[in-house]
Amino acid sequence: MLRSTLKTLALAAIGGAMLSVSAQAEPTKVGFIYVGPISDHGWSFRHDVGRLAIEKELGDKVKTSYVESVSEGPDAERVISQLASSGHKLIFTTSFGYMNPTLKVAKRFPGVKFEHATGYKQAANVATYSARFYEGRYVIGAIAGKMTKSNVIGYVGAYPIPEVVRGINAFLLGARSVNPKVSVKVVWVNSWYDPGKEADAAKALIDQGVDVLAQHTDSPAPLQVAEQRGIVGFGQASDNIAFAPKAQLTAIIDNWDKYYVERAKAVIDGSWKKGDVWGGLKSTMVSMAPYTNLPADVKAMAQKVEADIIAGKVHPFAGPIKDQSGALKAKAGETLDDGTLLGMNWYVEGVEGKLPQ
Amino acid sequence: MIRLVPRRQRSRAMVWGAPLLAVALTLITGGLTFAIMGKPMGAALFTFFVQPLTSVYGVSELIVKASPLVLIGIGLSLGFRANVWNIGAEGQYTFGAILGGGIAIFFHDSTSPFLLPAMLIAGAVGGMAWAAIPAFLRTRFNANEILVSLMLTYVAVLLLSYLVHGPWRDPDGYNFPESRLFPEAGTMPVLIEGTRVHMGVFFALIAVGVALLLGKGLTGFKLKLVGLAPEAARFAGFSETRIIWFALLAGGGLAGLAGVIEVAGPIGQLIPTISPGYGFTAIIVAFLGRLHPVGVLLAGLVMALTYLGGETAQIEIGVPAAVTGLFQGFLLFYLLACDVLIRYRVHILIGKAAR
Repeated sequence: MLRSTLKTLALAAIGGAMLSVSAQAEPTKVGFIYVGPISDHGWSFRHDVGRLAIEKELGDKVKTSYVESVSEGPDAERVISQLASSGHKLIFTTSFGYMNPTLKVAKRFPGVKFEHATGYKQAANVATYSARFYEGRYVIGAIAGKMTKSNVIGYVGAYPIPEVVRGINAFLLGARSVNPKVSVKVVWVNSWYDPGKEADAAKALIDQGVDVLAQHTDSPAPLQVAEQRGIVGFGQASDNIAFAPKAQLTAIIDNWDKYYVERAKAVIDGSWKKGDVWGGLKSTMVSMAPYTNLPADVKAMAQKVEADIIAGKVHPFAGPIKDQSGALKAKAGETLDDGTLLGMNWYVEGVEGKLPQ
Repeated sequence: MIRLVPRRQRSRAMVWGAPLLAVALTLITGGLTFAIMGKPMGAALFTFFVQPLTSVYGVSELIVKASPLVLIGIGLSLGFRANVWNIGAEGQYTFGAILGGGIAIFFHDSTSPFLLPAMLIAGAVGGMAWAAIPAFLRTRFNANEILVSLMLTYVAVLLLSYLVHGPWRDPDGYNFPESRLFPEAGTMPVLIEGTRVHMGVFFALIAVGVALLLGKGLTGFKLKLVGLAPEAARFAGFSETRIIWFALLAGGGLAGLAGVIEVAGPIGQLIPTISPGYGFTAIIVAFLGRLHPVGVLLAGLVMALTYLGGETAQIEIGVPAAVTGLFQGFLLFYLLACDVLIRYRVHILIGKAAR
């Protein structure tokens, strides 16, 4: 019995080998590596939407594949090099922690182009890209400032890295622009995707009296808790109204589609160059989900803030900005430059608690 | 009907036959799972279990992935034989990486040939120190080592997180949470050009060898006896306290060594996440390998293959990542189920004979 099973398996294996040889095809292979599952309804999900956009746009000129839930450690380098060695010509590595692994593999595969999201190290064949999510966070901050009654807003953060800190600061500055009494409480979960921990953090914040919840983690769990507990919140990375029909006021949506299609086309026609793209509301890399569950005046205000950012009339990090110690970081009339934003590791005045350092 | 009849003695054939049977059943169930998902069964199994091994690079990656699992698994199996349940290898691994990696960060300009040995020793000592806490609490206050070692895992992981977010953060790293890259003298030499196979593989093999020798000697006998018959062990004058200390220190030391090897090898710096759960997966490896050194070695390779296969299958045939977990689950489930055959015989009775 066992022997015949083995025989069948061996035959099947040989068949499989022949199959994979005969299936060699012409299309340009594009690979993706995700930090969470594509079913996270947030960060990784939106990157996968970008992948599907490439397939839709470029049809049989491309073949895409992805590996999901790859932790940001030693495994990342293996998966990236596996993608590179299996003929992928363009590889998107979509989490900050993939930065050094991406560069290591890129050195070994000079003919393959790499796109690393949210990092800062480039090479001849490694480009970086990110989005100015903080513009969206300023908008939702302003909404939160109008909606809160307790004047304490909860924020579920992933890791205390500049990307996330920048979002918290933009959120608070947005809130204070309409309500100077607002403060923000932050809970760190030390994970990008962990629905259980994210929900616990949300519950703890609500128990401490926050009545609006924002998040910078990848699952809709905190928003769902907000829905259950009868407070309001915001979707993260994608429109999560289905998870919180009463609680979601709007969501910050990541749109990678346009950029991904552009870059895939560039690889196909040979015009790909390394670069660093940081798109915001104006370039539509970031967009806002429909404003829901809001009084008419707050909705109008939110739309105006959004339009003003797009028009360049409002900059989330326009001075005067003070840090927690009261030191002036930007004078009136100044705005913080991109370099400062990229390395931001201090809280603005109004964020409670100390930044873990 | 089918009846299970107790055996008079444990079946030696089944001790080794059960894992093989479990692997075979896993393959069959896995194939069916692929079929249900609408993937060609044979080709999918091929992609999962064979394709990763069809290139030198694939085999090298298998070795790289398996070596920490084997190293930790060997240490744990020593303790498990004595019924000392060290569940916190993940924490000992992390603390070893912190101490060893700390040396590399502190001496980041060093080109000394002693840097790497110092790191390795610090790693092993770190793992032992972390495991010494549950050992002390168990032997002194009879505190349950499962809970203590498990909870210390979270302490170690948070400590690492604190260090890379704070004092040990790369000064040129835009405040991102990672240490500077280790100096050349503080990284594991690569053994085969173009792959990631590093010197750490030797340590895994040495650990297997040493564990084999131990198993044949008095220490192995003591471990076994304390596990199987603590009363008898006490009567024979073997100190249970010493056995507990030995089991935890050995497990912790090897886990700590694995930790520093991993950060000085494939990773090359300290980052917030240095383990995809090696310390926990190694528990499965230890049991899959029957707590026997050679078994642990093979089990480590099989377990590593499920990871590599899962990734290959995602890339090639587009199945979700959950398939990896599913296969590991099948394997453990069937292994536990097949273990029944060690103590029981299956009697299949037909028709009247059933009465």
